[in-house]
Amino acid sequence: MSEALVQRDIPDAPAPGESYLTAGTGLASWLLTTDHKRIALLYMAAITFFFFLGGAGAVAMRIELFTPQADLLSDDAYNRAFTFHGVLMVWFFLLPSIPNILGNFLLPLMIGAQDLAFPRLNLLSWYIFITAGGLAIYTLLAGGVDTGWTFYTPLSTAFANGHVLAAAAAVFIAGFSTIATAVNFIATVHLLRAPGMTWFRLPLFVWAIYATSIVMVLATPVLAMVLLLIFAERAFGIPIFDPLRGGDPILFQHLFWFYSHPAVYIMVLPSFGVISELIACYARRRVFGYSFMVYAILWIALVGFLVWGHHMFVSGQSMLANLAFSFLSFVVAVPSAIKVFNWTATLYRGQIIFDAPMIYALGFVGLFTIGGLTGLFLASIPVDVHVTDTYFVVAHFHYIMVGGAVSALYGGLAFWWPKITGRLYPEGWARFAAVMMFFGFSFTFFPMFVMGFLGMPRRYHVYVPEFQVWHVLASSGAVVLAAAYLLPMGYFAWSLVWGKRATANPWEATGLEWQTASPPPAENFATPPVVTQAPYDYHPEHSGPPAIERAAQRPQGHQP
Amino acid sequence: MPATALRKPWRSLRRQREAAGFGLWVFLGSEVMFFACALTGYAVYRTLWNADFLAAARETNVVYGTLNTAILLTSSLTMAVAAEGARAGLRRLTLACLAATIAFGLAFLVVKGFEYREDIERHLLPGPGFALPAPAAQIFFAFYWLLTGVHALHMTIGLGVTATLLWQAWRRSRPLRSPAFEVAGLYWHFVDIVWIFLYPLLYLAGRA
Amino acid sequence: MSGLGEAAPTGAAAIWRGRLAVWAALLALLGATLALAYVPLGRFGLVVALGIAAAKALLVVLLFMHLRKPDPLLRLTAFASLVFVAFLLTLTFADVLTRAAPTQPGTVLPRSGPDLPATGQRAF
Repeated sequence: MSEALVQRDIPDAPAPGESYLTAGTGLASWLLTTDHKRIALLYMAAITFFFFLGGAGAVAMRIELFTPQADLLSDDAYNRAFTFHGVLMVWFFLLPSIPNILGNFLLPLMIGAQDLAFPRLNLLSWYIFITAGGLAIYTLLAGGVDTGWTFYTPLSTAFANGHVLAAAAAVFIAGFSTIATAVNFIATVHLLRAPGMTWFRLPLFVWAIYATSIVMVLATPVLAMVLLLIFAERAFGIPIFDPLRGGDPILFQHLFWFYSHPAVYIMVLPSFGVISELIACYARRRVFGYSFMVYAILWIALVGFLVWGHHMFVSGQSMLANLAFSFLSFVVAVPSAIKVFNWTATLYRGQIIFDAPMIYALGFVGLFTIGGLTGLFLASIPVDVHVTDTYFVVAHFHYIMVGGAVSALYGGLAFWWPKITGRLYPEGWARFAAVMMFFGFSFTFFPMFVMGFLGMPRRYHVYVPEFQVWHVLASSGAVVLAAAYLLPMGYFAWSLVWGKRATANPWEATGLEWQTASPPPAENFATPPVVTQAPYDYHPEHSGPPAIERAAQRPQGHQP
Repeated sequence: MPATALRKPWRSLRRQREAAGFGLWVFLGSEVMFFACALTGYAVYRTLWNADFLAAARETNVVYGTLNTAILLTSSLTMAVAAEGARAGLRRLTLACLAATIAFGLAFLVVKGFEYREDIERHLLPGPGFALPAPAAQIFFAFYWLLTGVHALHMTIGLGVTATLLWQAWRRSRPLRSPAFEVAGLYWHFVDIVWIFLYPLLYLAGRA
Repeated sequence: MSGLGEAAPTGAAAIWRGRLAVWAALLALLGATLALAYVPLGRFGLVVALGIAAAKALLVVLLFMHLRKPDPLLRLTAFASLVFVAFLLTLTFADVLTRAAPTQPGTVLPRSGPDLPATGQRAF
């Protein structure tokens, strides 16, 4: 950051009573807060809860799949388990996770604002989210849904026995929360940037959240309407997609995927932002090709709206549309590749520090590359016809959404944990968990590529014995993966009490969020910041990073 | 202007006004996509079942539809005047026009209610016993009920917002310079625009 | 945002004057579209109806919602979503208009009556 900022005296910890965590006490001060940092923590609590619930569905499935026969779950229960897993993980964990936890907390800090543009709307959006989540839990308790998270007609409207209406209503309501948050973020980025914070001085995380918000605003209402159509058809029998009365179930798929493909970018774009921050900090390098990273983000957000038909290659969609969507899907791979190359180039001649967030980030790049490249397989019509609705597809999207987005979430949480709580997490445990997540994930999902290619269809609870070795591998990997998810929750909680106090900027990172105390005071900055330089000022522009004369990296476990 | 109108993250009232308008425009972009989804469905089915759709559209009541269009356009006029009056600080004009807007909005819903009653009596609700033989006619009426219903829901929300503003302006608990009047106006005009497109699609099709 | 640079009209009469003209134009267009709906124009009937609707919407957007004022951000926001509507329509129709006959809706008609009960339970 600028000289002026460096010279400004930043206290490491806020004065007693000034920290946002202690600015008010009591339950009401949390449940009625309009402070974006506290709302981020409210989201963290809610989203963690839904993560456990959705994870329970995954655990049930992986246990069932240990053996070729049905042991634990009946066919119907299995259908309900994977539907519940999908609905919760997509709409109540992945979509809101990074934007609503890290985005809510960091966006105003990163652009030097006091709060989001509409603080009360921000709180309202949390309550809408909770309402939707309550409805989702009602769906589970009432008996669940067996349509799959995609609610395809005419299964969902005419034939399914589960509580489709409640599930659709839950997702519908969650959409309002998404839109409210997105409007808030967009207005904040446009109108609340600190003096000097020009568009091309924004950290890439802010760009990513901004682009995500635009996608949310434009895509989510389409989902809302299409769920309303499903709801009306099922509840009141008005024919919209009913083939017996001239309706077109494929039209439902068009409208559904017009939302749900961009939704993939809603899940992964914020991760791009997080990873850019992590890699720049732990390689001590300016992000290579900053402006191209920005254009790539915007390009993905735009073209992501044009590729939805690649989910429908075997649905009866016309061959012309298949070809168009296939071509456009290849086009959207270009900016993703630009990002991967730029991250790699950022590492070049960097002074890489293998702290936990960096391990998560490097794991992300690897897993995202595999997930992205297999996406090209699926964008190619002949290959897709072969592997449609097999575990190949399951593996592909888990590589993007779990390997990618969840790695970024955990990496980001570790990176900003000192800022959020004022405490340092234990570095040794964190590195262990990060490595374990990478291997656990790979053991779980790489076998799925193999068995998918061999023909194992998704959404079946029994299978032919030939696949058992792959399923056992995947289920064992899932145990490791589960441990890697639980361990950070343990040491994060531990650090709240016993963790070392963090300084204002423990990683010597750039970015306005580090130019205030840890944890930040309620009004974010003691004096409103002024920005005079581009982001990622880790070394002088137009020259490489400084020679390696930096003191050896101190793992926090041994910090003085 | 009372200093309390300035809320937390903002350093100036001008910026805060700007944000309210901008935020609502972003939300309207979202609303456009919401209706676009259903209208895409309408467009697809109208292309596939053109004759059935036109025949079905002739069954709607064009008198009620036209009357409601005129009512809504007039309510937009009074809403625009109310927002302008609030900015100019003309209290009586603002209150009168807000009240007129509410009256027109309620009139719209009442006419709509009569229309719905007539439609139900004529068995135009899709399902068993539907009045028209062509199966796709039911799809037309599915969209008719859905689109007008969702529009009426938007009208109801707009009426609630306008009534709240009228009450607050009446009690002087909200200053006339508050951006809320303009923002409510934007929303109201948007709902009007939705109807401007629904009118030819649902009422005028197949009349020639 | 709208109207910041503008000198606010001070009197009620001045406010009414400009807006009544817009309202009159809107009602005239309403009359026109109603009359034209009964003229047999073939497939151009839809074009005319939607064209008039677009004209009315444009009047409302520009004059009631103040987009006439040169605020690039608001204009961009207001019209950006139309681009995405175009995406939705174009690519959906790219499929619907070119689909092979067996997958067109309606080709299974009328296998059974519309009153066939669906089997799913309708619990919320």
